[in-house]
Amino acid sequence: MPLDIFLTFFKIGSFTIGGGYAMLPIIQREVVGNKKWLGEEEFLDSIAVTNSLPGPLAINCATFVGYRTAGYAGAAAAALGAVMPSFLIILVIAIFFASFREYPIVDYVFSGIRPAVVALIAYALFKLVKAMGVNLLNISVSIAVLLLILLFNLHPIVTIVACGALGFFLNRKEKKQ
Amino acid sequence: MTALLKLFLAFLKIGAFSFGGGYAVLALIQKEVIENNGWILPKDFIDIVAVAEMTPGPIAVNSSTFVGYRVAGIAGSAIATFAVVLVPITITLIVSVYYNKFKHLKQVNWVIKGIRPAVLGLIAAACIKIAWASIVDIKGIIIALMVFLGIYKLKINPIIAIIASGVLGVIFYGVI
Repeated sequence: MPLDIFLTFFKIGSFTIGGGYAMLPIIQREVVGNKKWLGEEEFLDSIAVTNSLPGPLAINCATFVGYRTAGYAGAAAAALGAVMPSFLIILVIAIFFASFREYPIVDYVFSGIRPAVVALIAYALFKLVKAMGVNLLNISVSIAVLLLILLFNLHPIVTIVACGALGFFLNRKEKKQ
Repeated sequence: MTALLKLFLAFLKIGAFSFGGGYAVLALIQKEVIENNGWILPKDFIDIVAVAEMTPGPIAVNSSTFVGYRVAGIAGSAIATFAVVLVPITITLIVSVYYNKFKHLKQVNWVIKGIRPAVLGLIAAACIKIAWASIVDIKGIIIALMVFLGIYKLKINPIIAIIASGVLGVIFYGVI
């Protein structure tokens, strides 16, 4: 069983480009549809929970599914299977990258790609703002975080902890009233 | 402190606070890897993000493997990758074991509600820092605008957009 779990997540990890959200439908197809390790509802629950935890969504989701399917051995097999492909692929690229990078044409290629990366991140931000909704709280908190990091050179972790604490106390107060 | 231990601690921290997906993590990696430890240059970091974007796997994992290799070879890449997933996997495992209790824990929800808008600020900060290092002239602005409009209006696949921007780079910087 753990071997089957490992191979399934290794396969999923090898072929999904585009991060966590691109991986979820494929995990769902394999785990719920093909292997029937989890029911539909249980799978959706697992996403709701893992989404609120730190770490890459796909790897957390794999760990959760692995544990539910085959206990600790299953969790270890799933996590290892999900991490291995990207580790191996990037390792091979990293080994050859420096020598490959010396060609002038590669330099031109990356001069074009770098601004594209900015556009991709800006687009992701734009989509996220649309999904979360523009309201006073969202905008003021995010602008405060932005300014604290850029102008006051604050560590991003400090802003995360501060906002988490703020969320905790504001919501608790609201519940009490 | 040895390089490997430093690498392990930096990526342990990055993994433990990686809320809000791959792009929000970029702000943490920038802080730890570029600003605090000076392991790589801002320009090289963007190349890594571009490579991570085109290869399978989460951005946080991909960039930790890449940076780890840069700092300390194969051992470095293994340690950085292990460190970045260690806390997330441990926490997920604990939650899986106590799932039925955790599900009803509203306090977790309160914290997450606070972190969510912060994620926007983190991504915006990463985006501005990367723009600062990568858009150096008018050609860069043109490429960035073309890619943004391409994925927004024409719904071009991001990987295709990156390949196209590489071709534009050769034309703009090599030919013209």
